[in-house]
Amino acid sequence: MTARIDARFRLAASENRAALVTFVTAGDPDHATSLEIVRALPGAGADVIELGMPFTDPMADGPAIQAAGLRALKGGETLHKTLDLVREFRKSDDATPIVLMGYYNPIYIYGVDAFLADAKGAGADGLIVVDLPPEEDEELCIPALAAGLAFVRLATPTTDDARLPAVLKNTAGFVYYVSIAGVTGAATPDFNVVSSAVARLKKHTSLPIAVGFGVKTPEHAAAIAAGADGVVVGSALVDAVKSSLDGEGRATPKTVSAVTDLVSALAAGVRRGRAAA
Amino acid sequence: MTAQPQLNSFRTGPDERGRFGIFGGRFVAETLMPLILDLEEAYEDARKDPAFKAEMESYRTHYIGRPSPLYFAERLTEHLGGAKVYLKREELNHTGSHKVNNVLGQILLAKRMGKKRIIAETGAGQHGVATATLCARFGLECIVFMGAVDVARQAPNVFRMKMLGAEVVPVQSGAKTLKDAMNEALRDWVTNVATTFYCIGTVAGPHPYPAMVRDFQSVIGDETKAQMLEMEGRLPDSLFACVGGGSNAMGLFHPFLDDKEVEIYGVEAAGFGLSNLNAASIAGGRPGVLHGNRTYLLMDGDGQIEEGHSISAGLDYPGIGPEHAWLNDIGRVTYLSATDDEAVEAFQVLSKLEGIIPALESAHAIAKVLEHAPAKPKDHLMVVNLSGRGDKDVPQMAERLGTSL
Repeated sequence: MTARIDARFRLAASENRAALVTFVTAGDPDHATSLEIVRALPGAGADVIELGMPFTDPMADGPAIQAAGLRALKGGETLHKTLDLVREFRKSDDATPIVLMGYYNPIYIYGVDAFLADAKGAGADGLIVVDLPPEEDEELCIPALAAGLAFVRLATPTTDDARLPAVLKNTAGFVYYVSIAGVTGAATPDFNVVSSAVARLKKHTSLPIAVGFGVKTPEHAAAIAAGADGVVVGSALVDAVKSSLDGEGRATPKTVSAVTDLVSALAAGVRRGRAAA
Repeated sequence: MTAQPQLNSFRTGPDERGRFGIFGGRFVAETLMPLILDLEEAYEDARKDPAFKAEMESYRTHYIGRPSPLYFAERLTEHLGGAKVYLKREELNHTGSHKVNNVLGQILLAKRMGKKRIIAETGAGQHGVATATLCARFGLECIVFMGAVDVARQAPNVFRMKMLGAEVVPVQSGAKTLKDAMNEALRDWVTNVATTFYCIGTVAGPHPYPAMVRDFQSVIGDETKAQMLEMEGRLPDSLFACVGGGSNAMGLFHPFLDDKEVEIYGVEAAGFGLSNLNAASIAGGRPGVLHGNRTYLLMDGDGQIEEGHSISAGLDYPGIGPEHAWLNDIGRVTYLSATDDEAVEAFQVLSKLEGIIPALESAHAIAKVLEHAPAKPKDHLMVVNLSGRGDKDVPQMAERLGTSL
């Protein structure tokens, strides 16, 4: 079920490095450009693509990802189009895992069974749905596992040892550790605290642990990569999209390279992480 | 065909997962989940504690000024020529609306949990003012998130909150109204988990909020029942209340849900009309998930949330409390709607006939009383919840009626 994800984390481990998980929002700044960006990510050093499904009310996201979602929605992105994007990407890349990240309402309105069938058919590997804690597993997590899609759970600084088993129970693919109590793209985490949190999680699971929230620079990526199995970068990448746009908010010839240049630098940072440690 | 199970009571919800039928639940990020479980436990503990109840009773009497009167609106009744209309005078509470009933309960709970920093969202500003008031009273830090559009149209309440020592944060994201204020409050909560208590202003959000806020507001219906029995020797025949998130309505309705002879009507904001921009989630929405619960929401075909529109900032929310959604689906409560124009008319009628200037929110309920009362017999007892006073709306009404202040 999680073959592409497992293979990619195994590959990174065999190279004694963490995997680089890159988040971009589908349809940002427009559908065609975002397909180009996604296609260019693996070549720039991304191991896993986390593809944001835009939503009007992203309660767990900071200003950067909120703005990316609104740009995409303004450009006419829908959940159907996001699945088309995955399908297009798969025509030329059958190895890079894609994890769809978003909020439950658009999926609920699409129809859970139809969404799972279409996402699987399009070539997605997993889902991260922020507003579905283990208490709501019957909504989507359990059907997703049955449909052959990994349900990647977030563990956070407020998830204590008593609660961790419930959080990890139906998790597949990898565990996403949220480095800070906060929204995406906010404060930079304390790397020592993160490292002990990763060690704590490893006592409870053999799944790879990817760490995200507040990771912005190659230096941050290197610091996290020293101890984690994966590093997630999102807000910094959508900020790169934003700063490449023209005065009307449209893509420019620099948009794709603005993202891939940063991804290349982050990939180098991830590769330095273990060497430094 | 299998028979629908007959409910013995409409008052037993929610279940242990926070569900009212398919509605409600706990759709929150993992960071918040442990906090919500803590809150549920603390609330369960408090509600069983006679000392908590006694403390709340004392502040209700001496600080809020309860019980609020149930007032026979004689001239309105004469004018309409039908049902005998009573007003439940929640606008006479300290701070000028029903919102304080809930805030008192939550602030006493926050105090019990040792939380020193209180955050709240507000639309019209009534919940923000009530929260700022109780925080001043108990010496707690208070931060109120308010859409930038609402900050502009509810200037008197913004100033009141500042006078009370609260920080008012104008929210610039989305449509800059109540929904966006709630998003921003949730983002703050997720960031300040250790110190912060989120005081939600309505019967919505993740479990246990819808049930807890309902319990704190049920004093409205409990009093109404006792007062009507004393004044008329029987229960009312019908109840009316406006519904945004629906806390004043739930507070009035809940104690009457099992009195099956009492007709119950919630009134949503129809804005420019149901075929136009509005905030009527039940009339114009469908079930979806937002702000921690499943309920009726205004949205497009892709599941993107649409902005509510209403002249009243307090009803301008694209959702409704999950228990209302359930009461609608099982048919115990009938949900109607009133347009901006109908509310403006009702605002003026009540002001002139009874010398009571209602909040624009409450004017939506009055509008449906103006419509329904004339057709009822003279012995029909109709209660409308006058949830707030209209002082805050005076500048906006003056502008609407072409008067410059």
